Amino acid sequence: MSSILAVDDSSSMRQMVAFTLKSGGHEVMLANDGMEALEIARTNDFNLVITDVNMPRMDGISLVKELRQLPGYKFKPILILTTEASQEKKMQGKEAGATGWIVKPFDPEQLLATLDKVLD
Amino acid sequence: MIDLSEFHDVFFEECFEGLDIMESGLLNLDGNGADSEQINDIFRAAHSIKGAAATFGFDAMSGFSHIMETLLDEMRDGRRAVERRGLDLLLESVDCLREMVNSTKAGDTTPPPVVADLTGRIQQMLAAGPGAVAAAPAKSATAEPEQDGAPAEEVVAAESAEKSADSVAGSRNLWRIMFVPFEGLLKTGNEPARIFRELAQLGILEVKADTSCIPALDVIDPEVCYLSWNLTLGGDMTRGQIEDVFDWVTGQCELSIDLISGELPTQKAAASLSVVESVEPPVAATDQPAPAAAAVAAPASVKEESTVSEQTESSKNQTNAEPAAEAADGRAAASTAAAKDNGSIRVGIDKVDALINMVGELVITQSMLSQIGEDLSRVDSIGLERLRDGLIQLERNTRELQETVLQIRMLPISFAFNRFPRLVRDLSNKLGKRIELKLTGEQTEVDKTVLEKLGDPLVHLVRNSMDHGLESPEVRRASGKSEVGVLELSARHEGGDIVIEVIDDGAGLNRERILQKAVSKGLVSANDDLSDERIYNLIFQPGFSTAEVVSDVSGRGVGMDVVRRNIRDLGGNVTITSEAGQGSRVTIRLPLTLAILDGQLVRVGEQVYIILLVSIVESIQITAANMGQIAGRSELYRLREQYIPVVRLSELFGVPHAVTDLQAGLLVVVESEGRRVGLFVDDLMGQQQVVIKSLETNFRHVGGISGATILGDGTVALILDVAGILNECARAQESKDREFPRLAVA
Repeated sequence: MSSILAVDDSSSMRQMVAFTLKSGGHEVMLANDGMEALEIARTNDFNLVITDVNMPRMDGISLVKELRQLPGYKFKPILILTTEASQEKKMQGKEAGATGWIVKPFDPEQLLATLDKVLD
Repeated sequence: MIDLSEFHDVFFEECFEGLDIMESGLLNLDGNGADSEQINDIFRAAHSIKGAAATFGFDAMSGFSHIMETLLDEMRDGRRAVERRGLDLLLESVDCLREMVNSTKAGDTTPPPVVADLTGRIQQMLAAGPGAVAAAPAKSATAEPEQDGAPAEEVVAAESAEKSADSVAGSRNLWRIMFVPFEGLLKTGNEPARIFRELAQLGILEVKADTSCIPALDVIDPEVCYLSWNLTLGGDMTRGQIEDVFDWVTGQCELSIDLISGELPTQKAAASLSVVESVEPPVAATDQPAPAAAAVAAPASVKEESTVSEQTESSKNQTNAEPAAEAADGRAAASTAAAKDNGSIRVGIDKVDALINMVGELVITQSMLSQIGEDLSRVDSIGLERLRDGLIQLERNTRELQETVLQIRMLPISFAFNRFPRLVRDLSNKLGKRIELKLTGEQTEVDKTVLEKLGDPLVHLVRNSMDHGLESPEVRRASGKSEVGVLELSARHEGGDIVIEVIDDGAGLNRERILQKAVSKGLVSANDDLSDERIYNLIFQPGFSTAEVVSDVSGRGVGMDVVRRNIRDLGGNVTITSEAGQGSRVTIRLPLTLAILDGQLVRVGEQVYIILLVSIVESIQITAANMGQIAGRSELYRLREQYIPVVRLSELFGVPHAVTDLQAGLLVVVESEGRRVGLFVDDLMGQQQVVIKSLETNFRHVGGISGATILGDGTVALILDVAGILNECARAQESKDREFPRLAVA
């Protein structure tokens, strides 16, 4: 079992991701946007962070950049879950330090399988 | 199988919120021109709907929101001018999407016919719209090609190699993979071991690490990846499968994937990328039973190189709206903070109602306790001091808890006002009028039930003002007014009420025409001396409409009475004032909440009734000189310069042993919709907060009674339906008036 921070500004997405991750036996915390996620990440430890890109206040890519500055998140897997499929955005994500890119719509089982690969 | 359908409702609700954001955002853009943060909000709403809809498999919805998003994206990036035509199209699309959400919610996922039409029009605009910069029209119209930056032949080569590998699926291939991570790879959280584990699931994997780049221990940076790998993978996997495994590290490593053996047709060698050849050549798999094809393979002879180019130089065009977004940052933070204030909680209304009920019971308990405390204090006043203190505290706590809980139901009235900018915009276009909409007091909080039921009456009133009240620009100019008419919607708290007003600066009501109509309908007599106010309010009578031309904008004379009925259902009232040539003002007065009200307990015989405090004007002792009786046994009381009918509750409800001598009892003057009546009771008792329990659901409807509540001593008391009693009274009065018209009183 791993603890995961899931970030999305859409509440239905948040709930679906949380539901999926919990079905996979993971512990989940949720954040509404990058800013909130960063605050939560500062005081909590997670095995993995999964975030949306397009969000108010702080987007997913900036969040990844910020997280990589935190000592506890330097090498942690940080996945991006988004409908943005353009190569350009993907590269921005990678440059920011994202581990991987999952394109929405996500299939619950596949999402869990992908996470299992990343999580030891 | 993980079933996500339980999240449908949340999703639909979110869609509606998103659509509202889009709509108001688009309207704002229309008025104020391009604002990048505004466009971003709209874009984000479309984007969220698209993503979630796709996840649920609502393909028509996600497809349609995608194409809207594409258009918005061009506006966001400044590739397209934000102008009327595009905004109109997007507004139409918002309506269409809302329709789709509604029908999907109802279980019908087939897209309405208008989708195809709108999709076509948006695509047309995308392909050739003005303002679209030539740079990227084709790209944005379709899904972005995945292999954007790769030279064309290489893509072709890679694809055909893959195809041939696919065509020999089942046979064995042997791949050589050179994997040279860049130094920062580990900092993206990508663990090479994870990649190798995945590759090992595809077939037989041999891993050789090249350690030659590891520096001396004293200069080693533990966060840097110094290793590179030379992998051999055997099995019936395709190139695509291998590339998928490396997908996340693309751009962060040098990677070459070569088919070194396999039953491939001969093929031109494609351009190859530099490969670090500092390691020994690969050897075929060892202790495992080697794949047949691999064993045959002679590395040099059929060497087939098609290398996937990596776009390491990817920082080419980052045309994102970052500077603009930063500029608008401060404002954005402020606006999202404001949005957060009301956007954070979502509670099922049934739960809230249950909670409110519980609090109501608590209120009852509290009043019961205070009564006990009072009774006991006569016995032993000293020892019970503390009990009294405790009770005071309980009372305070109860109050606070009650107020807090009631707040859950309160929503800003902007939820009801928000639809009007759009409505006014569309309608003024249709009517050929120029109208400016002003909203004030949008943050005024209203009970959710009130809010929901308020929508339709408000629409009626606004339409009415726009259709009948506000004049066309020509007429306005001719009468010396500004061409632009002003329509104001305002809300405010006033005492325990909420006051909502619809104000226009139009022509005002036509007193003569209303009177004429009322007389012809037999509502009033031509000889009646009626105040202006009384005449104006005649328009709330059923079947009353003075519009000379029935338009499709405002109704056919069924509007205003429905408005009044709806408002009355909410326990409120509606009045209108007007001044010819200056405009009119409709005022709606509503109770703050419907859940808990203050009541006055009154005694009649041995019965206790409750009159809601909001309807009581005053309570007076009767002076015999002011009593009057008119023929037909209708009693009247002269209260200052006004005569009001007197209703004996004991007679109305048939209560025995009640006071009959008027001077021995009290007259409670109550008011509803501007009419007054005196209720004759034996005595006044205390005041108490009452939680109204419906009689209909627990018993049956009883005339003159609006419900029941439980008193401090546990007995049930009936709550008087003041409006009902007044109506009954007026009806009786009217029949008498007909017999004795001379004695009619206002």
